[in-house]
Amino acid sequence: MTIRVQADRFDMGAELNAFAATQTGAGALVSFTGIVRDLASGDLDAMEIEHYPGMTEKALAGIAAEATRRWSLAGSLIIHRYGRLAPDDPIMMVATAACHRGDAFAAAEYLMDYLKSRAPFWKKEITAAGATWVQAREADEDALGRWSEPD
Amino acid sequence: MIDLRYFAWLRERVGTGHEQVETGAATVADLIAELRQRDEGYALAFADPGAIRAAIDQELVGMDAPLAGAREVAFFPPMTGG
Repeated sequence: MTIRVQADRFDMGAELNAFAATQTGAGALVSFTGIVRDLASGDLDAMEIEHYPGMTEKALAGIAAEATRRWSLAGSLIIHRYGRLAPDDPIMMVATAACHRGDAFAAAEYLMDYLKSRAPFWKKEITAAGATWVQAREADEDALGRWSEPD
Repeated sequence: MIDLRYFAWLRERVGTGHEQVETGAATVADLIAELRQRDEGYALAFADPGAIRAAIDQELVGMDAPLAGAREVAFFPPMTGG
């Protein structure tokens, strides 16, 4: 399990190759990369991401540990950036490795769902007209419901 | 003394990201009620408790969480990572 929170841009291909190189014997590797999306109007100048140093790393480690408990994972990787990003910049990526694809896909989705609503990051969209904090979507909160385990 | 941390629009409305307070508040909700009395910025920041999330010592907690033993309390809007 590798967690990195950084301002620097990352190369998703290089990261995935490096992650794959440490996963000998895993038959399946799944990755997801989140990209700064321009507004429908095409006006986005930048996205600023704020986070809570300390809690961020703890929250991500907790989410990754829970994914490892639920699925048979050989390894997992989470990279999330903060600071000022431009449209089309990579924001974050997750990767999971497992014997079979079912575990790798499910764990990657779980990581994404929890990371969106339980890791302390906040996005702000900057345009020429000003800055707006991105509102949390109810659908993101609802997405956590599908992972609830029976008592 | 408790370290208070504010993030995102809460930080902007309060006007600082970090401060230390002496408080007799028993719970997170009590602390919010106390902070709201301070000035217009705090009143605006904490106007809608339903839009606020809280963490004690970097763990998410509910509004009724007790503050006893807390070193750091953080307030922020719902998270928007990913």
